[in-house]
Amino acid sequence: MTPVVSAKGIVKRYGHVTAIDHSDFELLPGEILAVIGDNGAGKSSIVKAICGATTPDEGEILIEGKPVKFSSPIEAREMGIEIVYQNLALSPALSIADNMFTGREIRKPGFLGKFLRMLDKPAMETFAREKLTELGLMTVQSIKQPVETLSGGQRQGVAVARAAAFASKFIIMDEPTAALGVKESRKVLELIKDVRARGIPIILISHNMPHVFEVADRIHIHRLGKRLCIIDPKDYTMSDAVAFMTGAKEPPAQDAA
Amino acid sequence: MTTKAGYEQVLDGSDTKVAQFETRRHTVLERVQHILHNNPTFVPVIVLMLSLVAFWIIAGGRFFSAFNLSLITQQVSIIGMLAAAQSLIIITAGIDLSVAAIMILMSVIMGNLAVNMGVPAPLAILAGCLGGMAAGAMNGLLITKIKLPPFITTLGTWSIFFALNLWLSGAQSIRSQDIDKNAELLKFFGNAIKLGGARITFGVILMIVIFVVLWYMLNKTAWGRHVYAIGDDMEAAEMSGIRTERTLVSVYMLAGLVCAIAGWASIGRVGSISPQSFYEGNLQSITAVVIGGISLFGGRGSIMGALFGALIVGVFQSGLRMAGVDVLWQVFAIGWLIIIAVAIDQWIRRVSA
Ligand SMILES: Nc1ncnc2c1ncn2[C@@H]1O[C@H](COP(=O)(O)OP(=O)(O)OP(=O)(O)O)[C@@H](O)[C@H]1O
Ligand SMILES: [Mg+2]
Repeated sequence: MTPVVSAKGIVKRYGHVTAIDHSDFELLPGEILAVIGDNGAGKSSIVKAICGATTPDEGEILIEGKPVKFSSPIEAREMGIEIVYQNLALSPALSIADNMFTGREIRKPGFLGKFLRMLDKPAMETFAREKLTELGLMTVQSIKQPVETLSGGQRQGVAVARAAAFASKFIIMDEPTAALGVKESRKVLELIKDVRARGIPIILISHNMPHVFEVADRIHIHRLGKRLCIIDPKDYTMSDAVAFMTGAKEPPAQDAA
Repeated sequence: MTTKAGYEQVLDGSDTKVAQFETRRHTVLERVQHILHNNPTFVPVIVLMLSLVAFWIIAGGRFFSAFNLSLITQQVSIIGMLAAAQSLIIITAGIDLSVAAIMILMSVIMGNLAVNMGVPAPLAILAGCLGGMAAGAMNGLLITKIKLPPFITTLGTWSIFFALNLWLSGAQSIRSQDIDKNAELLKFFGNAIKLGGARITFGVILMIVIFVVLWYMLNKTAWGRHVYAIGDDMEAAEMSGIRTERTLVSVYMLAGLVCAIAGWASIGRVGSISPQSFYEGNLQSITAVVIGGISLFGGRGSIMGALFGALIVGVFQSGLRMAGVDVLWQVFAIGWLIIIAVAIDQWIRRVSA
């Protein structure tokens, strides 16, 4: 089985700070891969390297066995890769619908769309409303509302809905439930499972161990800029995982490599 | 696999309606603030109406005549077009100090080609328009590729374009008669339609067309949404899949084109081609944009605001002149207008949605 993503020896430095230190990464078809690690371990950095948001200094990345060198997230997106950034990457003054469709807007059919390039706002708004409703984000009153008028959790919901709606290869979610309430977190977990059921694998970065252990097929433990080990959540407890990731306990002899 | 925690079991019974709230009674001021937040062009429109009425009262029927009002539109037409170009740039959180220099340089190029070198006028105009786009591209590329701040870049290109303009023109004007003889088309936008006492020049119509077209592009096309997103938060725009550099360069090129067209129209307005004209055009265009309620921080405001901003300045100048106020107090008044406009902008943006 060719991995969906397979990265080897990734290095990324920011000046004196080494964010990724010769790390490997692997995502298998159809799985939910959780990525856990301390703050600053380099989790966000490695997924950004995979989706083209940053360019690694060294190492190679294979997507479905083919080497890629993304120079911008647009190229990753064109391959069907979506990411929910930790800082969300939404445009505050634009509406929810505008944000969901940035870079892939729907145009009106016929002359208006083809020659005058007119946007089909009603179509985009209906779609956006549908996706938010699926996520249970009922508290959003108007889809034309600028994103800056939403609460932190509602914004996160918009970013998650956007990724889930458009991904066809895999989705990266960088702490998608960090700001969400109980109900909304639950919906996001259900959504993650739905996406997997559609055959689309997911990389889930989270600090929430119950969530990780509930949905993950495998857990990638990141420590000090590199992959420490991969564990199967059925074989280990949450305290084991926390012990590995904080360095309290030696990791198991690696079987996943 | 479904291991919902105990406290999550009750979720099945949760409400599924879209939220609706009994609306608390807002104070009048809060409601005004909210309406203005959603409709950024209301402020300049209201100010324009009020100033028209005020000067009607102060300066009388001579001010509020069809002739004088149409004269105001003629007086603001060129600065209005520059303000349209400037709005595009300011919405991306940039600033363009070179708009007037591009305009004059292109009018000189059109004049040199058509009047002095005998190139057919349509070709000369086309060359000027392409030159405007090239000048804009130069600004855009310096800003995106070499990552220079727009203020510094355009401060530099302002001088460069102005010097080129003096060189090409030999610091000489091209006289009105020579234009009439060789290339009447250059003065096309000086023609006018008479409507009662009003005299609507083609230049004024052109200005309005430019604003409508740009408004459409900014609000009804994906490109326009990207321009706003870039001004709002450049990094987020890039990460959410906008080709920010390409879009920015296109914005500067479009602004350059609008400046070149304004250069053509200015020949009709002024009658001759003078390398020294519109020297304050850069700052006047920024004034119109700011009074029009477009945020200098980018991402907010409607381009139509700049049209109203330019008209407000024109109305103040005309009204104060007719009321017999010294020019220095006209300048004084415009200064206060700018400060008040920015203060109102800040107040509106503090709205608690
Ligand atoms: N743009 C940047 N410039 C400089 N240093 C950076 C940058 N981004 C990340 N770093 C550094 O790289 C290291 C890893 O950061 P990263 O954001 O990947 O951590 P993380 O595992 O996602 O942490 P968290 O759990 O807090 O989100 C940190 O030491 C951080 O300071
Ligand atoms: Mg992170």
